[in-house]
Amino acid sequence: MNCEECGKRPATLHLTKIVNGEKTEYHICEHCAQEKGDVFAGFHNFSINNLLSGLLHFDPMTKKSQETAQKPLRCETCGLTYAQFSKSGRFGCSDCYTFLGDRLDPLFRRIHGNTQHMGKVPERTGGQLKLRKELEQLKSALQRYVASEEFEKAAEIRDRIRALEQKIAQS
Amino acid sequence: MSQQKFMQNPWSNWMKGEGPDSDIVISTRLRIARNLRQHPFPLLATDSQAEEVVKKVAEVSKVEAMKNRSPLQLIQMDQLSPLEKRVLVEKHLISPHLAEESRKGAVLLSEDESVSIMVNEEDHIRIQVLLPGFQLNEAWEIGTKIDDVFEKHLTYAFDEKRGYLTSCPTNVGTGIRASVMLHLPALVMTQQINRILQAINQVGLVVRGIYGEGSEALGNLFQLSNQVTLGMSEADILSNLYSVARQIIEQERVARRYLMEHSRVDLEDRIFRSYGILRYARTMESKEASQRLSDVRLGLDLGLIKNVSHQLLNELLVTTQPGFLQHRAGQKLTPEQRDERRARLIRERLSAH
Repeated sequence: MNCEECGKRPATLHLTKIVNGEKTEYHICEHCAQEKGDVFAGFHNFSINNLLSGLLHFDPMTKKSQETAQKPLRCETCGLTYAQFSKSGRFGCSDCYTFLGDRLDPLFRRIHGNTQHMGKVPERTGGQLKLRKELEQLKSALQRYVASEEFEKAAEIRDRIRALEQKIAQS
Repeated sequence: MSQQKFMQNPWSNWMKGEGPDSDIVISTRLRIARNLRQHPFPLLATDSQAEEVVKKVAEVSKVEAMKNRSPLQLIQMDQLSPLEKRVLVEKHLISPHLAEESRKGAVLLSEDESVSIMVNEEDHIRIQVLLPGFQLNEAWEIGTKIDDVFEKHLTYAFDEKRGYLTSCPTNVGTGIRASVMLHLPALVMTQQINRILQAINQVGLVVRGIYGEGSEALGNLFQLSNQVTLGMSEADILSNLYSVARQIIEQERVARRYLMEHSRVDLEDRIFRSYGILRYARTMESKEASQRLSDVRLGLDLGLIKNVSHQLLNELLVTTQPGFLQHRAGQKLTPEQRDERRARLIRERLSAH
């Protein structure tokens, strides 16, 4: 196949671009790709976003994205597709986290080595959430104390776990 | 309180040169990223949606609990000139992103400039606390209380599994980035710095230059911060950063003692040459200025130079930056004009002491 732009050189870059679910394919040569610049973002401006895209395994030049085959994965609230997210490295709204869901796990694992929040919980909206989080922390502390055979401390933690479990059941 | 003072005065709380370990740690910064549940993130927000976020955040800044802390003044990016924004960046009160790329960006500044709350930066709300010296827990205490006040009045985007939801996946979870600005001339001179920087990357921390991501480590200043925000509690993130910074501080002290014992003449010569050049030079590039000021700071910390203060050196760090020089001059300056004004400013400030 020859390049769509110049029609002379062989097309060496095959690019699938998805904007708002609309699929466009490009088959062009390296020379024309360089000239088009912006159309093929990531060619010239190497930034944190490109790094993130790399982490997401979204490499438009070597791999056809999975979305081309099926319905694009997108956030139903703001409309951001997974492809758009992997290009910009930014979410569009808080619901993106829900709709893009499990596909984000590998990304979080690469960046943070983890997928589950362990820190602060909002006071007002947190309520029960906060208690459950505390419970989790106590349980892992219990395991640590048992492992290190500090049974007195373990017993103390066990009692706190019981009290907390009751509190959660009541609320 | 006029908003002009934030651009005119070079003194922020962090520049006082006080605080624990201030011979090595210039400042401690903590920022907390938060978003509102019902609003699209800044990436997709329209002008009016972004304005609404500013309005909501500004309203909360006026509630009693917040006012008791410190009155906050709202400054909208749209109302500032490029030079004024640059000055705020150089004082570390706002980020380059807020200054240049934000849509309807704004900042709420406390009187002493130790708290700056950016609105419509990459996230809806970014609470920043900036303190002099090594004060990680103190910064967190201030930040988390402000966070609590906001949370009472605004509904945050929060998820049980992912924690606080942020625009960028690198901030999700706790949403906190804590950093300390370290002056490490002896580790650079004894060529141990690269070994240390490599080790740091392996423990979930990163090192940057003084103006954040992608900036060069000028004047032997290094900004050490946490990388991981998800899966660790705030306390663990802070104590991890604390203990690594603590070790670097001790190593720097050892290296300083080593230089004093083994190459005192060379060290003194370097420090006093720099001092002499700063006091008499007629033109100076910013790179040279930061290097020479680093030498003089080391001289001060080693007790070799007596007639300067940390506060003065921190002030010069900021006032010799291009934005500040031009803002003071009231006009755009060519690089040559800036070098001349920079040299004059340093000369005047040093000889006044």
